[in-house]
Amino acid sequence: MRIVVDYDLCESNALCMTAAPEVFEVRDDDFLYVLQDEPSEELRAKVEEAVRRCPKQAIVIEG
Amino acid sequence: MSLDRIVIVGASLAGLRAAEELRARGHEGVITVVGDEPHRPYDRPPLSKQVLTGAKPPESTTLAVAAGSIDDLGLEWRLGESATGLDLPDRAVLLGGGERLAFDGLVIATGATPRRLPGTDHLEGVHTLRSLDDSIAIRAALAAGPRRVVVVGAGFIGAEVAASTRSLGIEVSLIEALAVPLERSLGPEMGAVVADLHRDHGVDVHLGVGVVLIEGSDRVERIRLSDGSVLEVDLVVVGIGVSPNTEWLEGSGLTLDNGIVCDATCLAAPGVVAAGDVARWPNERFDEVMRVEHWDNAIEMGEHAARTLLGDATPYTPVPWFWSDQYDRKIQLAGLASPDDIVEVVSGRLEDRRFVAFYGRAGRIVGVLGMNQPAKVMRWRSLVETGASWSDALAVAAATD
Ligand SMILES: Cc1cc2nc3c(=O)[nH]c(=O)nc-3n(C[C@H](O)[C@H](O)[C@H](O)COP(=O)(O)OP(=O)(O)OC[C@H]3O[C@@H](n4cnc5c(N)ncnc54)[C@H](O)[C@@H]3O)c2cc1C
Ligand code: SF4
Repeated sequence: MRIVVDYDLCESNALCMTAAPEVFEVRDDDFLYVLQDEPSEELRAKVEEAVRRCPKQAIVIEG
Repeated sequence: MSLDRIVIVGASLAGLRAAEELRARGHEGVITVVGDEPHRPYDRPPLSKQVLTGAKPPESTTLAVAAGSIDDLGLEWRLGESATGLDLPDRAVLLGGGERLAFDGLVIATGATPRRLPGTDHLEGVHTLRSLDDSIAIRAALAAGPRRVVVVGAGFIGAEVAASTRSLGIEVSLIEALAVPLERSLGPEMGAVVADLHRDHGVDVHLGVGVVLIEGSDRVERIRLSDGSVLEVDLVVVGIGVSPNTEWLEGSGLTLDNGIVCDATCLAAPGVVAAGDVARWPNERFDEVMRVEHWDNAIEMGEHAARTLLGDATPYTPVPWFWSDQYDRKIQLAGLASPDDIVEVVSGRLEDRRFVAFYGRAGRIVGVLGMNQPAKVMRWRSLVETGASWSDALAVAAATD
């Protein structure tokens, strides 16, 4: 599973961070940092939840 | 109880997320989705923002699903069809064409419809905004070069329409019956910040003023306000709130009271759950019965209701969250806010329009409001989650700002 964020769409709402804090972090500079580009399979449900909760549909899971 | 056939009424955000969750939890039976709009589920927030300004084409609002394509969910779509009734004893949804759709489990996610100004139905040029088609119609009217657009109601939809229209360089008047915009949602102090934001962008803001009459023969021509002023206008957008879509359930035996009344787990009757803008339930976290008209709630509640339907019934206790984009400002609220709460700015300054404010009631923090401060809103949202006391919350903010 590979995570691709479209940073042109991302508005740092940080909803993804609530869903999957292991993978997404919005820091004090208000930018989103992806902590793991290829998280392990056991995080899939959480990452899928992050995809659904992103108001900008900015996250895509590849594979 | 076996759930071979699940029917979802309402083919939008809450309904789609419920369907996804049913499949994610391994439900393999038939799922039929009934929606009265002709479209597959689409996203509404861009309709008052990027679709109006032209930054996003209308067709790009189609909602995606997390795992692959929407077709992989194997849903039976009944689009362009309305549910007109519910036969609870016989477990069937009645469709407009007379058909009966039998179900073992039912998800109701019929959302809400904007209230209209009485006596304007015959007038062209008076719009409300809820659907993709509404947004396309307003966009076309904006493209025709109106002299002035009047927005009636400075709630979130009205404020966003005013901002989008202004961004196109069109003259806008914003009319609000209360003393400030968003007063019911955010209270007087924060509402005043939003009023100034619009004034600074050249919106002609009328506060504490009602609409007396909208005049015109076929098309709208002018609006008379309660302060005696008269505005010449060729496009009016009305944003005076919404009513939950429950007419079709009258007499069904479900309890209706400003929405479908559910228990704490989103259950409205045995085997019947409700979610999204149409549903009211007791949120045990805040000890309050609420109906939430936010995007994020439609998702979370749709998923929660799906789990309840499958037998995994737990109380639904979210900290609500929403955002609104106006000009270059992003307003976000995590938790609750009402005009009766105490409000304190804990970071930044109102004048800079970059700040965070806390809302408190009964000695506890209940809400975190941010303007252009997304990371801090999310960080301090946990204070609402844990039910921190007001003084602890202020101390944490001071220490972690
Ligand atoms: C213009 C606009 C901008 C918004 N912006 C924001 C924002 O910035 N931030 C935010 O947090 N929230 C925003 N929202 C709110 C958010 O979009 C809603 O909370 C969300 O759409 C609710 O989803 P829902 O599925 O409950 O209801 P809806 O999206 O209203 O869907 C209900 C569906 O059911 C259909 N239906 C109704 N009755 C029947 C029937 N009898 N039979 C069959 N189908 C029926 C309706 O036609 C509709 O398609 C916005 C809403 C609008 C309209
Ligand atoms: S939820 Fe979406 S928009 Fe928000 S920070 Fe995450 S990727 Fe960006």
